[in-house]
Amino acid sequence: MSFLTPPTTSAFGERLTLHYDPGLKRNRFNQIANAIAAFFAALAVVPLFLVLIYVLIQGGRLISLQLLTQLPPAPGLTGGGIGNAILGTIIVTLIAAMIAIPVGVGGGVYLSEYARNGWFSRFVRFGNDVLAGVPSIICGVFVYSLIVATRIFFDQSYSAMAGGIALSVLMLPTVIKTTYEGLLLVPQEMRMGAYGVGASRFVTITRIALPAAFTPIATGVVLGIARAAGETAPLIFTALFSPFWPDGVFHPIATMSVLIFNFAIMPYEAQNELAWAASFVLVIMILGANLLARWISHATRS
Amino acid sequence: MSSPSPSSVASDVCMSLQDVTISYGSFEAVKNVYMDLPRGKVTAFIGPSGCGKSTVLRALNRMNDLIPGCSLKGRVIFDQHDLYDKRVDPVEVRRRIGMVFQKPNPFPKSIYENIAFGARINGYRGDMDELVERSLRKAAVWDECKDKLKESGFSLSGGQQQRLCIARAIATEPEVILMDEPCSALDPISTLKIEETMHELKRSYTIMIVTHNMQQAVRVADMTAFFNAEAVEGGTGKVGYLVEFNETENIFNSPSQQSTLDYVSGRFG
Amino acid sequence: MAAQRYRSLKAVNPSLNAVAETRAEIRWNVHADRHQTRMRSAPSSDAFTLRRRPPQEKLIDIGFRQLTLLLAASVGIVLIGIFLTVFSGAKEAMATFGLKFLTTSAWDPVNEQYGALIAIYGTLVTAVLSLLIAVPIGLGTAIFITEDLLPRRLREVIGLLVELLAAIPSVVLGLWAIFVMEPAIRPFLSLLHRTLGWTPFFATAPQGPGTAPAILILVVMVLPIITAISRDALNQVPIELRQGAYGVGTTRWGAIFNVILPAAVSSIMGGVMLSLGRAMGETMAVTMIIGNSLNFSVSLLAPGNTIASMLANQFGEADGIQVSALMYAAVVLMILTFVVNVMAQWIVRRLSLRY
Repeated sequence: MSFLTPPTTSAFGERLTLHYDPGLKRNRFNQIANAIAAFFAALAVVPLFLVLIYVLIQGGRLISLQLLTQLPPAPGLTGGGIGNAILGTIIVTLIAAMIAIPVGVGGGVYLSEYARNGWFSRFVRFGNDVLAGVPSIICGVFVYSLIVATRIFFDQSYSAMAGGIALSVLMLPTVIKTTYEGLLLVPQEMRMGAYGVGASRFVTITRIALPAAFTPIATGVVLGIARAAGETAPLIFTALFSPFWPDGVFHPIATMSVLIFNFAIMPYEAQNELAWAASFVLVIMILGANLLARWISHATRS
Repeated sequence: MSSPSPSSVASDVCMSLQDVTISYGSFEAVKNVYMDLPRGKVTAFIGPSGCGKSTVLRALNRMNDLIPGCSLKGRVIFDQHDLYDKRVDPVEVRRRIGMVFQKPNPFPKSIYENIAFGARINGYRGDMDELVERSLRKAAVWDECKDKLKESGFSLSGGQQQRLCIARAIATEPEVILMDEPCSALDPISTLKIEETMHELKRSYTIMIVTHNMQQAVRVADMTAFFNAEAVEGGTGKVGYLVEFNETENIFNSPSQQSTLDYVSGRFG
Repeated sequence: MAAQRYRSLKAVNPSLNAVAETRAEIRWNVHADRHQTRMRSAPSSDAFTLRRRPPQEKLIDIGFRQLTLLLAASVGIVLIGIFLTVFSGAKEAMATFGLKFLTTSAWDPVNEQYGALIAIYGTLVTAVLSLLIAVPIGLGTAIFITEDLLPRRLREVIGLLVELLAAIPSVVLGLWAIFVMEPAIRPFLSLLHRTLGWTPFFATAPQGPGTAPAILILVVMVLPIITAISRDALNQVPIELRQGAYGVGTTRWGAIFNVILPAAVSSIMGGVMLSLGRAMGETMAVTMIIGNSLNFSVSLLAPGNTIASMLANQFGEADGIQVSALMYAAVVLMILTFVVNVMAQWIVRRLSLRY
């Protein structure tokens, strides 16, 4: 058949112009599907806007120096602030990070640099995925039974330390996974270069491989910290709560997330407002950490 | 199968391979290699792809240890030690036998730190600035680098990066430098510069180089080893072996084996 | 001899003249070189003090390996520790209540009678229903931001917003659910009750906290996970596959339904299972809005309970066999999430071999 004189109808009986015909069944279907996808995307984004707007307006209007630096009021009274909870969140998250980062980076280094895909490394990677899926409240139950109920630290039950350990259990899988995957991205040639000048494994890992994988590891760690800072479930019966300023790491401590939980379900207006204010501070901190992580991965990529 | 090494160089042997067989898992990559590599000369390993020449080269400073499943039978003698003796520390081996790789692989550090890294882990006690300059000069890349020592090694071109890697290797002052197809990723001009660098380095080091490029072997090597591979019965792949090892001019002008002649005259490979 | 050599070498490469000169010069230096080589290998003149590795350096090397091995093992130790702790805590209740614990709904601290049916039912219903709503929305969003329906920048912004939604702490979402979402949706829930009140699922009048708001807040929580995983899965579909589909003249949605979604289905299914596990274990937002009822009701508009919210509410103050009963419930939750997570991994591994 000749291509110089195209037939006006095809074997399928359709018109063969090349013009777009919105009336065609497939094109109508496309339009409808586009609309549905757009509608769903809107549905997914709307809650974020609503939550953010409420937190920013309801919480943001309350922010003052007094709120950030004072202790919460007794139930029924007004005024006061969330200073102890802000400090407490920072302390508990720091404890968690100080445990989870070395352990997680070390574990990730083992999986990527030493393990030879035997049963042990497969078990650890599988276990890591399982641990990542363990509900956070179960971490709380675990640490409660292990530390709080046994009064292992100087006969203290609830403590900032227990809360930090519970959060570290939660952070650990994230840190291991990002370290492991970050190190896998480091080209093997780079390690060979170090071995070639007589570097030991320790030097190759700590001076070449880990610095080369800094960006993905740092991004993952920051995201892990941000997630831990907002966690509540593992803290309710480990760090508990305290209406006072932090008193060392072996005593109960206030955190913003537990404060929000406790104050949200109280029937007092002033406490509810403090819950919104704490939400504001927490959300700003966490979104800030997320943007920081994003910035780390962008700034070093280019 | 393998020819004995010429008597003219036996007096000053740097490394000696005795019945070396290297396997990946149960697959033998290269078999029964005997070789006496002379000190203070450039030895080229040539041969078709898959003949095991890179494997043999990496065996000389125990780089193959880093490949899971890779094992070596036989003896590799260096400085009166068998490198594969249980008591030998592969890290120490690599401090005395340096390596330059196929693809330029500078560290993600500054040019200066790229050089200083190896020297530091080798416990260098002298003037670091002087060592960096001397190494870069020896590798003929000083002029390109001297104004940007603080910049990342990746800011250099491919050929410059490779010469930086050579400088990195010589900064630790090894006795032997192994080069695994150092020019295969480079353009002809960079290749020429690297070869000039190698002529400089010959003055102070023993060099072994794997190359795909026969003309390069002719240009830089005093000695040439020709490897080939052949299928074996019952095996899954080809097994490499040393066909002939002699002075470069003999290999290229009057080889004793027919397969060498076929290869160097371009009839296969 | 050298001259002869180079003449003949020109047969191999006729352009060796430049190199030949260099070679001659180097030959000339050979004796000096050898001398120099020997000098350098003598240890006395060596500026490199660590050519021989000191024992402590080897010790660090080995010690570091053992340390990382230990740290990697800590994952297994923690995991086993969690299982052992919870199981041993639950032993008493397991012995007392047996499997009847799973099918009875009494939760009576006074008479020490415990059954977790309400919580188990609530956990499954909230998780499954929230996924039924979230999966189509999340998948639609993922398609919307991976296929070229929008300018690139706008797509990236939407993707970023969805990821930020995942970062909002669940307790903040719970607060929002109590004070904003639940009052806002109550008229709709009342409407549901009036029109569909004859079915058992909408039989009770909505009055604040309940299962339905909990499901909706779970939708908000798992939506970002599903969207992010689906988006990654769709982005990983090889471009050749798309081009192949468009090349035979299909429309965009023809390509999506016939080629792209089937290719990405394993990762998406894996993501859905992961979200199911997350939804079942989710605690704070749910416990704040579900009402924590101790009475069984099929109605979605009535207050309900989940295992996680029961733990959050009662564990701190419980004693005696109630602690053990809560641990027993925790065992059930752990097994549920464990099975779901393992299935998720299995699905990804099994189905991803197809292309």
